[in-house]
Amino acid sequence: MTGISEPGASRDGYGDALLDLSYDERVVVLEADLGKSTKSCHFRAQYPDRTFCLGIAEQNMALVGAGLAEAGKIPFASTFAIFSERAFEQFRNGIARTGLVVHLCGSHGGMHTGQDGSSAQSTEDLGIFRTLPGMTVMHPCDRNSTRSLTRKLLNHEYPSYTRTARNKTREIYSEEQADNLEIGVSSELRAGEDATIIACGVMVERSLDAAEELSNRGIEARVVDMHTLKPIDKDAILEAAKTGAIVTAEDHSVIGGLGSAVAEVLSEECPTKMKMVGVRDKFGESGSPEEIMNKMGLTSDNIVQRVIELVQKPGRT
Amino acid sequence: MVYKAQSGHPGGSLSCIDILVGLYRSAMRFDPENPGWGDRDRFVMSKGHASPAVYSILRDVGVLEDSDLDGFRSLGSVCQGHVDRKWTEGVDFSAGSLGMGLSFGLGSALAARLDESERHTWVLLGDGEIQEGQIWEAAMAASHLEAGNLTAIIDRNRIQNDNFVDDQMRVGDVASKFHSFGWNVIKIDGHNMQEILSALSEAKADVVPTAIVAATVKGKGVSFMEDNPAFHGAAPNDEQYAEAMEELS
Repeated sequence: MTGISEPGASRDGYGDALLDLSYDERVVVLEADLGKSTKSCHFRAQYPDRTFCLGIAEQNMALVGAGLAEAGKIPFASTFAIFSERAFEQFRNGIARTGLVVHLCGSHGGMHTGQDGSSAQSTEDLGIFRTLPGMTVMHPCDRNSTRSLTRKLLNHEYPSYTRTARNKTREIYSEEQADNLEIGVSSELRAGEDATIIACGVMVERSLDAAEELSNRGIEARVVDMHTLKPIDKDAILEAAKTGAIVTAEDHSVIGGLGSAVAEVLSEECPTKMKMVGVRDKFGESGSPEEIMNKMGLTSDNIVQRVIELVQKPGRT
Repeated sequence: MVYKAQSGHPGGSLSCIDILVGLYRSAMRFDPENPGWGDRDRFVMSKGHASPAVYSILRDVGVLEDSDLDGFRSLGSVCQGHVDRKWTEGVDFSAGSLGMGLSFGLGSALAARLDESERHTWVLLGDGEIQEGQIWEAAMAASHLEAGNLTAIIDRNRIQNDNFVDDQMRVGDVASKFHSFGWNVIKIDGHNMQEILSALSEAKADVVPTAIVAATVKGKGVSFMEDNPAFHGAAPNDEQYAEAMEELS
């Protein structure tokens, strides 16, 4: 399923999906002065009456969403991933706790954001939203999968946080393939029985590159796109455990993110040797996406190395 | 309730109860037979610790029963420590974290506009609560979005958790602050029913959001609680309870 073709950023997929969902009058869009960046601007241009621009005030935006949801609307709110963290307690107490369904999209997540520097490079967002009871947390890897998964939030019964990326990534899914994705069900992008790489977001394309390189070296690694971090696809993780070696890959802190989520399942249900590729308790800095990803150890080479360490380690289960 | 639970917030409940009587007994579009009616007015108790006041008025209009109130703050009770829409019929907002209710109310008001409904949204704020910055984010947005179907009532009892508001963090001239944010402002005595009813009626009629600044007395009606910061979040003991009940009867 490895694709190349038309580049796009996952945030474009969010913008596409809002337009796709516009036929439903319950859908309302909330912005915090970043609609041009998160791509809700396209919905705003066509449906100004159902778009509320709330200024640079994310906390207010969260609760305005709650008030709209209580009255039967389906609010889609967006800002930068990092600023979604500013409204974390609002999401906890005003939304997740109260049984209201508001969908939040944080764009420009992770080190991949690049030049804007450390203040914008959210590497905690997935972890913190994952701690909220009942919250769905997603980080799709390309434009088509983001579009499809966002569309599927329309009748979703739980509030959600979806991280998108600022910069373009390869197309991993065709539109048709993306249509078949389901929230909470991971997707196997490459078969392999020697090890499994479980990745999300911009690390998915790097994982596919890593698997290709590993194959050249005689190691066949499975690649799983864990686009939904919560609820996590336990079955796929337990299947991956049968390969005996798991490497997770995320543009996020290894504390609380995908690696942690996978480890939580494995440690309780099927202890398996694993390694995490992710941000190691550090803040980033300005630089091109590739430079900063390199510096933070978020490359396909890093994934290759971790897989080799596990596969070659004697006594692995 | 507070005596029985030996925990809760009597002071701020007594300061706003007259306002709740005005709302539920007169101003609000609300059907006690059908508290979940979709086109009802929304009431947002943003200062969620004043839950005893909300449970009392819901008991008064027949949504809750005495037995519900008896369980206040106990495990499994529909009367949670802070008002919570998930637990209590007739409660529209889950509070407990100050500063969020005005934003929620704005969302309710915008939804009413989209629905082309005449329902109104009423938000009760504490005066200490408006120290939260989010209140002013919401105040700015409500004015910008011309939410005339939104009213905030500020329970100006001048006392917050630790001490008097003026000692903790002066909120200054609340009326001019809201006015400068583009709100219509009405100042009333929050224990004078005529003034309360007339303000609620005026607030509903105008086209910009209205702030009713209600001068109130914390612990109103119980002499030893009145204007006493100690009874923000403390339950009366046996003797105090007897004395309070006699004064209130």
